[in-house]
Amino acid sequence: MNEAVSPFKGLSLDCRGMKCPRPIIEIARHIAEVRIGAAVELLADDPAAGPDLAAWCRMRGQTLIGADPPRFLVRRES
Amino acid sequence: MTDPVPEVFLDSSSGEPMLSAARQAWLVAQEAGWGDPARLHRSGRLAAQALDQAREVVAAAVGARPDEVIFTASAAHSQHAAVAGLALGRRRIGSRIVTTAIDHSSILAAAAAAGSHTAVEVDHEGHVDLGRWSAAVGTSGTAAACIQVANHEVGTLQPYAEASEICLHAEVPLILDATSALGRIELAKSGWSVLTAWAGAFGGPASVGILVIKKSTRWRAPYPVDDYQSGRWPGAPDVPAIYAAAVALDYWLQYGRAVGERQHDLIDQLRAGILERVPDVDVTGDPVRRVPHLLTFSVLYVDGETLTLELDKAGFAVASGSACSASSEHPSHVLAAMGALTHGNVRIGLTWTTTATEIDRFLDVLPPIVTEIRTTVGAS
Repeated sequence: MNEAVSPFKGLSLDCRGMKCPRPIIEIARHIAEVRIGAAVELLADDPAAGPDLAAWCRMRGQTLIGADPPRFLVRRES
Repeated sequence: MTDPVPEVFLDSSSGEPMLSAARQAWLVAQEAGWGDPARLHRSGRLAAQALDQAREVVAAAVGARPDEVIFTASAAHSQHAAVAGLALGRRRIGSRIVTTAIDHSSILAAAAAAGSHTAVEVDHEGHVDLGRWSAAVGTSGTAAACIQVANHEVGTLQPYAEASEICLHAEVPLILDATSALGRIELAKSGWSVLTAWAGAFGGPASVGILVIKKSTRWRAPYPVDDYQSGRWPGAPDVPAIYAAAVALDYWLQYGRAVGERQHDLIDQLRAGILERVPDVDVTGDPVRRVPHLLTFSVLYVDGETLTLELDKAGFAVASGSACSASSEHPSHVLAAMGALTHGNVRIGLTWTTTATEIDRFLDVLPPIVTEIRTTVGAS
């Protein structure tokens, strides 16, 4: 969590108000826009966003480096 | 005009369709044993006999005495009575209830209502962390602990014999929730103080809950009682429904072994087939140490409600633990606690009659539905 920076200067996806799986679809569509090793910020307030983002990272080989709802940070690994 | 697609019912986790033996027994009991079992007339005596027989069947199945068996109105009623009754009986010791994080929501609600509630973490397959269980149970002020034989969503068997040893050592009474397991797998006949189950889970009437309280247990009725069922559950019992429940359980115990073996193999085929044919899918639960009939999986980028409705159109009735598809804003607490994907969730519960042909057809139908939904939402 110490890698989290604020305010976030990289790619940020505002998915507040969206229901899962939409926030997960959005990060999947946009994560390739940052270089490997860089982070993407996801803002999502759906109660399923926390568990689903963690599960998505595990399934897709990415790393969840910050989770402070509604703010999440994911590092692109592949 | 084409015939509608015949529905294949794969939602036994919401209730096994009533076995015909149980339905017949209900009709017979309605004719002969409809009287109040406390009355001395012939109908009353017949009802009392049927009730005694039902208690004997349940007692033999769980390793209890017939007079320790109580029939309630549902699984939730049994679970609420188990938790609240132990909290009341042991109120001088404390009001903490220890559960796992993936117990049924009615247990979690009863634990929260009792006072303080500790929910012990589970691993990715749903097994409780025994180290944390031991620490929680051993904390002073613990009124009772509760564990499932098998989880109702993902089927994983808990290490309940080990959990029970820990409770015994700490002198904390254990509630064993056998709802998804009774009749389907062999149960340990000791090590628990209170056992809960539900007839609807094994093809009996949904209106019959089972509550077994061992004699030495410090349990007190947390509600007003009367003379029925030794003062442990009030109101005249619905004897025909209870009798039908016992016949359903007896039927499983006599003839269910081959059904369970077939279901175990079918779930293995489903698990392998889904992983092979659907990319980006999270198949949850312990693949080996599990009840025979349950499987849960979640499909990435797919909405659970849409998936459930599309499967229904294709002729398959399934459940889902995703938010919005279970009349809840929140996803399944079981999936969340296990770190499983909660959207795109499908919960399969095989029935007594599920065939290999039906499972093959499900595996044919599922991949194109998933592809179509992913294409529609722009996630293909």
